[in-house]
Amino acid sequence: MRRRPLGLWLAAAAGYAFLYIPLVIVVVYSFNDSRLNAEWVGFTLGWYDKLFHDDDMLVAAGNSLAIGLVASAVSTVLGTMAGVALYRHPMRLLSGLVLAPIAIPEILMGVSLLIFFVLLNFTLGLVSVALAHITFCIGFVAIVVRARLAGMDEDLIEAARDCGATPWKAFRHITLPLIMPGVIAGALMAFTLSIDDFVITFFTAGAGTVTLPLQIYSMIKIAVTPEVNAVSTLLMLLTLALIIIASRLSPSLFQTDRE
Amino acid sequence: MALLAIENVTRRFGDFTAVDGVSLAIDAGEFFTLLGPSGCGKTTLLRMIAGFLLPDAGRILLNGEDLADRPPEARPVRTVFQSYALFPHMTVEGNVAFPLQMAKTPAAQIPAKIEAALEDVRLTGFGKRYPHELSGGQKQRVAIARALVTHPTVLLLDEPLAALDAKLREDMQLELINLQKEVGITFVYVTHDQTEALALSHRIAVMNKGKVEQSGEPSKIYGFPTTRFVADFIGHCNLLSGPVATNGNGIVTVDVAGLGPVRVAAETALPTGRSATIALRPEKVRIGAAAPADSPDNHFRGTVSDLLYMGDVTVYKVDTPGGQKIEALLANSASGRTKFFEVGDAVEMSWPVAAGHFIPE
Amino acid sequence: MARPTKRWGKWLVGGPPLVYLLVFFAAPTLIMVLASFRTPGDFGGLAPLVDSAGKLDLNLDSYARFFTESVYAEIFLKSVGYALLTTLFCLTLAYPLAVLIARAGKQYRNLLLLLVILPFWSNFLIRIYAWMIILGPQAALARGVNGVLAAFGHEPVPLLFSSFAVLVCLVYVHLPFMVLPLYANLEKHDQSLLDAAQDLGANRWQRFWRITFPLSLPGVYAGAALVFIPALGIFAIPDILGGPDDSLIGNVIKQQFLETRDWPFGSVLSIVLTVAALVLAALAAWVGRRNLVTPSSVEASRA
Repeated sequence: MRRRPLGLWLAAAAGYAFLYIPLVIVVVYSFNDSRLNAEWVGFTLGWYDKLFHDDDMLVAAGNSLAIGLVASAVSTVLGTMAGVALYRHPMRLLSGLVLAPIAIPEILMGVSLLIFFVLLNFTLGLVSVALAHITFCIGFVAIVVRARLAGMDEDLIEAARDCGATPWKAFRHITLPLIMPGVIAGALMAFTLSIDDFVITFFTAGAGTVTLPLQIYSMIKIAVTPEVNAVSTLLMLLTLALIIIASRLSPSLFQTDRE
Repeated sequence: MALLAIENVTRRFGDFTAVDGVSLAIDAGEFFTLLGPSGCGKTTLLRMIAGFLLPDAGRILLNGEDLADRPPEARPVRTVFQSYALFPHMTVEGNVAFPLQMAKTPAAQIPAKIEAALEDVRLTGFGKRYPHELSGGQKQRVAIARALVTHPTVLLLDEPLAALDAKLREDMQLELINLQKEVGITFVYVTHDQTEALALSHRIAVMNKGKVEQSGEPSKIYGFPTTRFVADFIGHCNLLSGPVATNGNGIVTVDVAGLGPVRVAAETALPTGRSATIALRPEKVRIGAAAPADSPDNHFRGTVSDLLYMGDVTVYKVDTPGGQKIEALLANSASGRTKFFEVGDAVEMSWPVAAGHFIPE
Repeated sequence: MARPTKRWGKWLVGGPPLVYLLVFFAAPTLIMVLASFRTPGDFGGLAPLVDSAGKLDLNLDSYARFFTESVYAEIFLKSVGYALLTTLFCLTLAYPLAVLIARAGKQYRNLLLLLVILPFWSNFLIRIYAWMIILGPQAALARGVNGVLAAFGHEPVPLLFSSFAVLVCLVYVHLPFMVLPLYANLEKHDQSLLDAAQDLGANRWQRFWRITFPLSLPGVYAGAALVFIPALGIFAIPDILGGPDDSLIGNVIKQQFLETRDWPFGSVLSIVLTVAALVLAALAAWVGRRNLVTPSSVEASRA
């Protein structure tokens, strides 16, 4: 074990502090008995109470959940197929299409989908948002699945075929069980990304539909109350739980470059 | 008719020809080995028999039927992979059952067949274990059991013992020989280890750069190599090269560079002046301190320059005045001392005319 | 002599995602490119593609506007400036973190990495909102800073709704993206190189600049690309934390599409942004590939 310079420790500690203190403040003030997020007055669960009686918020949460489940399910299936396809038969076109939504600024996808839906006379609402979410989630799932496949022993597929399995049976009995943790991790990631998405949802939701992030946005812009802190805290807890499960299932998930 | 006929098979990868017009006939019940250095094409040939690669030219026939239209899962050929390729998420039983399930064997029959297969490889009782709980040798046996459980027509083994340590490898070699005799299935074995090939096989095909240099029984390959490559690759060999000086009455004299005229018993149509090689195995070289009496044997003088003590035998490298080095192998058992000669000793070497083998190359 | 089943299988597996992405990603992008050549509709949006005379209504008006009205180019350059600053600050903050994690014992590395990534997984808006609280005029930080300023007779400076707030939040949001590629690179560094350098007389600072940093450049470029490109297109941060002068290109695009509703012009701006993003991505990839054979890495690989 090398002696590491104190400066390095301090700088790194500062980095972690920088990352977490803002979030901690949000959580702490969600229990603050004061409308202003300025200083601590007293402990209360009142804001959470208000949250659960806020109809707009509940509708938004319901929408987010519904969209999240649909987007996660569809993008997991399509993303797994894409991951398998990219691993077995690398296709430039598919590779580019799968990874581009992740690489470019989100606003570009948002506006182009807005034009797209309007030109097709497709009403903007829950469905348009779900379709948009699936588009960028496919890439994440594909990357996770492909990484999982890369870590699998190639010989196993050949051995399965040697034992008399058709390519489909080899996939079903050997590949799929072995990549399943990656698939599930990808599904959880997709769900989290969908729940949290703001920019693309902003452009594709249309006037009447609200998701949780959109609701938070309007609350921030119009009238800030610690209710925002409360919903933020709950959302963070949910995300935390899902990501921890995902990282258990696919430990290599967070150790390599994203691209 | 041969069981497995490989007719003029060629396979290229881009500019590189991995297998070049290879023809072999493998008989039923044989232990046939493809032997050669890395890159000689032996594994490529094996994968073509298994069906993972298709030949660019030529045919592979099993019982007279061209296998080209059959994908790997439809061929009665099983492979034992070098990495064992055991399915990590299934137990030993699960692994061995897999080919039976793929062949739609009735579920009631499966346990008995698994039992029999595990018995064959002497792994009875290991059924519930997972691959990661097994040692290398045990994984090897499960791989073999899985490959044999559906009684394939041919079993392909791709350097299966390469990852095992020396002692275990020897034990497994004996087991493989016995197993093959018991089940009577044709084995096609790939290895780069020539001692292994000599020990296990009924017949060997020595491959180099995509071609078969020589194929035949181990003793023929060892004693009568037909090319320089085979002579050099199999065991240790003195290769004495030079132009043919005389040729007649069943004796050829080769004027070996750096040594002198060497006589070998051979019938050849090669004219004088042409280049040839005499392959002389070190154990055929007799070393003595004194010159033998007048005899038709080849004899030369030299000085011991190096020796390698190997426990049961010692290899002596002898320098001759002309510059040619000759290797001789002597067993250490005869004398009470550990070796007969020391570095720097002047010695006389001799070998009979019939000891060398003539290679017209 | 490839078997037909293999090729057919390829399309079966890759086909559905390919079709989906062609429809919902490639097509919209192409439509947006087309839209940049069209005329704005009377009530916003787009005018019909084929006008009342039956002719195809395509023109370069919106492009001309971008190149003649300098304010848009200025805003674009301002966005580039913000993105550059963000990248530099992220690099400075991320580097010590990445080094620490890379040098930590194996059992701690996953945990430390997870801790870096977790904030990324929290909602984007929450992270912006958090800075609204911290920089708020009533909060401790603002009061402290302004208190100090007041002691020197200076006017109170608003921390919130300023360029400062935008920049801080930009750095905050993008920091994990710089840490990950840096860490991935640093993790592979061979400690024996540094030992050799120390043995040859290099002090800590020299070891860093002559050995560690040059070898980490591929990671730096990867991280820079992952920060710069998204930062270029950001709009939520200036929208929430910025003052009236802090509009970036993302804000203008949003405005054109949702308020002014001049879609062709909005498309032009988006295309400029896309081209910039693609050029930078290609540049990063090219530099990253080239960098693998710089002298320092060659020496390192021979060592």
